[in-house]
Amino acid sequence: MNLKLSTRQVDGVTIVDCSGRITLGEGSVVLRDAVKDLLSKGQKKIVLNLADVNYIDSSGIGELVSAYTTVKNQGGELKLLNLTKKVHDLLQITKLYTVFDVKDDEASAVKAFR
Amino acid sequence: MAGDRFSYKLDSTLETVDSAEQTASRIASESGFGEDEVMQIAMAVREAAVNAVLHGNAYDPEKKVELEFERTSEDLVITIRDQGKGMDPAKIPDPLAPENLLKTSGRGIFLIRSFMDDVQIKPSQAGTEIKLFKHVHGAPAGGKEASQ
Repeated sequence: MNLKLSTRQVDGVTIVDCSGRITLGEGSVVLRDAVKDLLSKGQKKIVLNLADVNYIDSSGIGELVSAYTTVKNQGGELKLLNLTKKVHDLLQITKLYTVFDVKDDEASAVKAFR
Repeated sequence: MAGDRFSYKLDSTLETVDSAEQTASRIASESGFGEDEVMQIAMAVREAAVNAVLHGNAYDPEKKVELEFERTSEDLVITIRDQGKGMDPAKIPDPLAPENLLKTSGRGIFLIRSFMDDVQIKPSQAGTEIKLFKHVHGAPAGGKEASQ
């Protein structure tokens, strides 16, 4: 299943609800374009809600890293929300779990920007 | 799996990557692996196929990716061969090193090694062969030496 994204605003924070797979090809490109688009609109407080993402390959991991550093380099912040067990485990074994700011509930993710 | 071993050749495209992953998932399921192991095997094969298509054959339409599945008494063995210049596994940086953590690539081989019981990488001027081993349930662990 290809990656589908929808965005919404909560207290000045952009929540990107992701659904599907973040893998080499279309999935990675969709995410990259979405983050670029948000930054171009000045939306620099971003939460990627990965609740419905149950598969990420190494390219997808790279895309998450790229999104994180791109947002950070532009003075913004990107947090990850609601990791599935598979994605959580992947970030653990790649030692990225402590790099990303990972949240388990939306309210605390939004609050963490203040 | 219909027999103990079968192989086929695929074009150097992204569709090949998806196809390799799906075939691996199906065969791992048929071989009796659990859900988590099936996911691990399928992802390892996907990563190896990505390497073959992108880094090995570099999307060259003249070059093929060969995929081979073999079920032995001890292992499910999956071999992926490309026709590229040959990858030197010793030159792959450690993706867990602090200076590499924020790199956007270079985690494929690491994930393969994490998910499989043994991995053998044989580069040559005719291409790279990567052999992935997953012990079937009840088979003794160990006994094979990885190339790196």
